[in-house]
Amino acid sequence: MAPLLQVENLTIGFPRAEPVRDLSFEVSAGETLAIVGESGSGKSLTALALMQLLPRTARVTSGRIVFDDRDLLGLDAREMRQLRGREIAMIFQEPMTSLNPVMSIGWQIGEVLKVHEKLSGRAARERAIELLRLVRIPAAEKRVDDYPHQLSGGMRQRVMIAMAVACRPKLLIADEPTTALDVTIQAQVLDLLDTLRRELQMAVVLITHDLGVVAQWADKVVVMYAGRKVEQALPGDLFNDPLHPYTRGLLSASPRLKSDFHYLSGRLTEIPGSIVSAAGEAGCPFRPRCRQARASCGHQVPPLIAQTPERLVACPFTSSLKAVPDAASLSL
Amino acid sequence: MSTTDFGAFPAVTGGAYAAPATNEQATAPERPSWSNMKAPDARSQPNAAVAVTNGHRALKVFFANPNALFGTAFLALVIAVALLAPVLYPDDPLSMVGKPFLWPCQDPAFPLGTDSLGRDVLAGILHGSRISLFVGLVATALGLTFGVVVGAIAGYFGGWVDDLLVRLIEIFQTLPSFVLLVVLVAIVQPSATTVTLAIAVISWPTVARLTRAEFRAIREKDFVMAARSLGVGHGRIIFREILPNALPPIIVTSSVMVATAILMESALSFMGLGDPNVVSWGSMIGTGRELVRTAWYLTALPGLAIVFTVLALNLIGDGLNDALNPRFSQDR
Repeated sequence: MAPLLQVENLTIGFPRAEPVRDLSFEVSAGETLAIVGESGSGKSLTALALMQLLPRTARVTSGRIVFDDRDLLGLDAREMRQLRGREIAMIFQEPMTSLNPVMSIGWQIGEVLKVHEKLSGRAARERAIELLRLVRIPAAEKRVDDYPHQLSGGMRQRVMIAMAVACRPKLLIADEPTTALDVTIQAQVLDLLDTLRRELQMAVVLITHDLGVVAQWADKVVVMYAGRKVEQALPGDLFNDPLHPYTRGLLSASPRLKSDFHYLSGRLTEIPGSIVSAAGEAGCPFRPRCRQARASCGHQVPPLIAQTPERLVACPFTSSLKAVPDAASLSL
Repeated sequence: MSTTDFGAFPAVTGGAYAAPATNEQATAPERPSWSNMKAPDARSQPNAAVAVTNGHRALKVFFANPNALFGTAFLALVIAVALLAPVLYPDDPLSMVGKPFLWPCQDPAFPLGTDSLGRDVLAGILHGSRISLFVGLVATALGLTFGVVVGAIAGYFGGWVDDLLVRLIEIFQTLPSFVLLVVLVAIVQPSATTVTLAIAVISWPTVARLTRAEFRAIREKDFVMAARSLGVGHGRIIFREILPNALPPIIVTSSVMVATAILMESALSFMGLGDPNVVSWGSMIGTGRELVRTAWYLTALPGLAIVFTVLALNLIGDGLNDALNPRFSQDR
């Protein structure tokens, strides 16, 4: 079966920069793909490209986005608009500002249904109440007339999710859905997303920089660095045996209770430098920050090497370090 | 993966989402004890926390303001007078009914006296309110509609559409507006309708500029992006997502626009460019102008009517500004 979403060699260009380069990934129906990377690695732009909602100055310069056997880049504005919300939906990082402040939440959920399913006002309101129940908002029939400022951040994000799943999309893109929420609420919201994914048989593209989220909720992980995919793996493999030096750095830079790496070793390590140093460099984008960089790294961008069908890594020097799961000797 | 209690949550089919804890809620509506305990943030908020919606709060602020209250009361009086004028004085106010130059309170039949041709001043003022209000309200409604539509389109779409419309606005703004008004009225036959249209033509650019500025700011907000990501079309985004958020300054401006339109109509009538067959406050001042040293009440009384009506509208504008200004509003 063909995957639901197939992104092939996607390159996004601004007039002076290419924040996403040659990115490929696939999402099958009902699967959660996590895209991980630090700020500026092109995660959010990728999401906007999937929705065809890139900022005016940005353009997809090459590549294909195939969703459900349709090339999204070939659709006109009207076809794309009909697709958005009905087949692909998106939830955003900031639940505080993603809801219209002067409209009740019931009205806002109903709006989606009026647009796509041509429901009347009354029917849309009924469905809005059902959807609020679906995202576990208590006393939904009272809450439906509330305005966004009357809700907490977690509840607003639930409302956003209700709007996104209102027409039962096949693909839900969640762009850092929990970054603005505190940790307990974060788990609830992600649980809710996961439950809805199974219930509605949606595929989810979960964009995050939180490795804990990846470990718990993803079926497949793509690690991005400076607009490129540097590693792709199943979450278990990624956490037990990170191959790319950047992934190793990320993992050793995050605190983990049951860590193989440095539970007792005190300080967290950091990745030196910043992602800005990737700009204008020839060769591997991670080279300026990589402690195991060699002269040959500057010659060309390392191609993705398939270790197994699910495991891709864009670094030729991984096997020698595989057997050393100790942070101190990881050169990071 | 998920720890959510999904057993209490039957499959979503045909839009029939089940409420997980309806029974418990029925017994304890204050604090619904959920079978699904994954939403403490939702439970911690009392349901009736904020019952006052935006609109109600704004109304409260507005009517707590004595100036605004006075303005509203006076405007209501003027409207009542305008509606009742044909009942109180069924005769043509331009007909000669008494001795000329009767001062106010001189003859009980003419409480505000008569003018140089023996016409009843009170009847003139009462009937004059009709034309002033008609011109003020209709010209504002027309100017507002056109200005909002032009400003919304320019501000929302930007690009060449914006350039084109801004040029159009600038053409109107570079011409002295009152001179343009005089020219417009002089070209066509002066009547209440043409004067109204001419005032609308010169007053829309202000609204258009204001609306454009609001739209440019609001279109960048996250909730507009969220609406686009849900497949909402441009028309709905403009009129149902952005416009309600842009309304407060537009409403405030519109009350001042009514006042300005009344002043313009008076000025035109004063110059003899108004409808000669209808009495208006401005034409009364115009005819009394030559007698200002002998019978000053002929200019002062309609002048006071204009002053108080315009003052009332400005007070309403100020009150609306206080009530609707986001800086004073806790929820935006």
